Amino acid sequence: MIEAQNITKTYTTGVVDFQALRGVSFIINDGEFVAIMGPSGSGKSTLMHILGALDTPTSGTYLLDGKDVSQLTDDELADIRKDKIGFVFQAFSLLPRTTVLRNTALPLLYAGVKNGERQERAKIALKATGLEEENFYHLSNQLSGGQIQRVAIARALVNNPSLILADEPTGNLDSKTGEIVLGTFQKLNKEQGRTIILITHEHDVAEHAERILFIKDGLLVSDTKTHTRKIARHI
Amino acid sequence: MTPLDILRETYIALAANKARSGLTILGIVIGISSVIAMVSIGQGAQGSIQASIQSIGSNLILVTPGAQRGPGFQISAGRGSARTLVQADADAIIKDVTLAKAVAPEISGRYQITAKGKNTNTSVVGTTAAYPGVRNVEIDQGSFIADQHIRSLSKVAVLGPTTRNDLFDEGADAIGQTIRIRSIEFKVIGITKAKGGTGFGSQDDMVFVPLSSAQRFLAGDTYVTTISVQAENPESMTIIQQQITDLLLSRHHISDPQLADFSTLNQADIVATASSITQTFTILLGAVAGISLVVGGIGIMNMMLTTVTERTREIGLRKAIGAKRRDINRQFLTEAIMLTLIGGLFGIALGWTISYLVTYFGLLQTAVSLYSIFLAFGVSAAIGIIFGYYPARRAAALNPIEALRYE
Repeated sequence: MIEAQNITKTYTTGVVDFQALRGVSFIINDGEFVAIMGPSGSGKSTLMHILGALDTPTSGTYLLDGKDVSQLTDDELADIRKDKIGFVFQAFSLLPRTTVLRNTALPLLYAGVKNGERQERAKIALKATGLEEENFYHLSNQLSGGQIQRVAIARALVNNPSLILADEPTGNLDSKTGEIVLGTFQKLNKEQGRTIILITHEHDVAEHAERILFIKDGLLVSDTKTHTRKIARHI
Repeated sequence: MTPLDILRETYIALAANKARSGLTILGIVIGISSVIAMVSIGQGAQGSIQASIQSIGSNLILVTPGAQRGPGFQISAGRGSARTLVQADADAIIKDVTLAKAVAPEISGRYQITAKGKNTNTSVVGTTAAYPGVRNVEIDQGSFIADQHIRSLSKVAVLGPTTRNDLFDEGADAIGQTIRIRSIEFKVIGITKAKGGTGFGSQDDMVFVPLSSAQRFLAGDTYVTTISVQAENPESMTIIQQQITDLLLSRHHISDPQLADFSTLNQADIVATASSITQTFTILLGAVAGISLVVGGIGIMNMMLTTVTERTREIGLRKAIGAKRRDINRQFLTEAIMLTLIGGLFGIALGWTISYLVTYFGLLQTAVSLYSIFLAFGVSAAIGIIFGYYPARRAAALNPIEALRYE
């Protein structure tokens, strides 16, 4: 469960302070599929960094599974990311010239899992995203854009996180491939009960989630259930 | 991350850019191999010079006539030209300097020597039976001059192998043949073993005759040109040298040592001088090689910094999925150390090969010492750590958010 209480973030650049977040509060329960929307410069990326334990808020508390994450050191944050969070980024998600399997197993390397078990768990995660087994030993630069994002999703899954954070996962894809990726998220949410937070600036993409948080000028302006949820036709 | 995991990651990272890794390794290979080759060549030179000094005898003190000067007179004959040492001086040394193991006086001069129509000009040394022991001369055929030859003024000669080859045919049996020195016939009774041409003039091109015969028939006087004194061990050399100096000063009635009409030369001094020259030489070569090693290290740092910049997003990604500062630091440091260790291994092999080839082609007898290998390996590991430390720290300190945004 995610609990954000009055989170603010202020960046100090030179003499001018810039308030990226000005008091944001919300709760996301386990198993929810939430989209965080907002125009560029709204503070949604800052919020994602805080939710993903990449950064800490200036004030306010962020509870992840009941644990306060807002005042941790760099290394403690790294542990949170390792154990509880899976990331899917917009671009450069995979290590170049490295096999699909190794890319997927990468988080387990830092979690101290033995090599053989790493391979097994990576295969299970890859199968869950629907990637064909023949691609497992391909190098990351031999894959299509949709396949790359599926591997990235598998990597986000592999350490059994409480939360999967996807930052514009369809930003670099055409709409058809984007559908496949969104379909993969919906499937994981529905079949495995994964909590998924999707950061996007596109309505079309956000409507694949069941709930939309809208951020503008560092404030949460709306928190609504999706009226007509789009269901991706995944192949 | 287990050490095996780190090694695997390192291998993948280095293999991803083979050309660059290879060139960086090459820099270290050149540095390490030149250190090993240069040090071994320097030590080989040192060894060969020392061996050449030792070949004239061991623990040797040479007493030679000096310039004769009277008080107030500044005219002096050249060093070694004076005839100030006599047979009696040698006898006195034998009698009074008890620490001396052996004493061999000699008189030498160059004469034209003929035998059966062939002739040569070489140095003729009149000496005693003690000479072979003192000056490391070994007998190949026949025998050396004995005490009895000296007492009876025998006209016998022992030839060096080169002289034998010049006067007779190469490898011919010269024992029992006759040679003529200053038209006086000498009978050949022995041939010495070849010592090889060494730095102090070939000792193979010589004729040895009894001291008394040389004084009587060739020189016509009783002076000697050198008295070779052999000490029991290197430690007693200084004392013996002092005793000889005192003895000869009193025998020659000279009160001021500055005006001595003879000089003594301690072999240890020659060895020490030669050693210090070759040591300087080795240090010089090593320093030049060391510079290339440092340049190689800077190459590693350069490559690692480039790598860190190029892989900024990778570092960001690794950090985002849970890598700690320590993990990143370790990974990049291991890459740098791996580069130097691979370079170090190939460098040792190459340096060894170079030094082997130098020996193989007979340029110099080189020896690769274990210590230079340990030194080179230690230095290469240290270079990896020193020059890898800064780039690794920079990589580890990257903020994951900024690293992921890096274009």
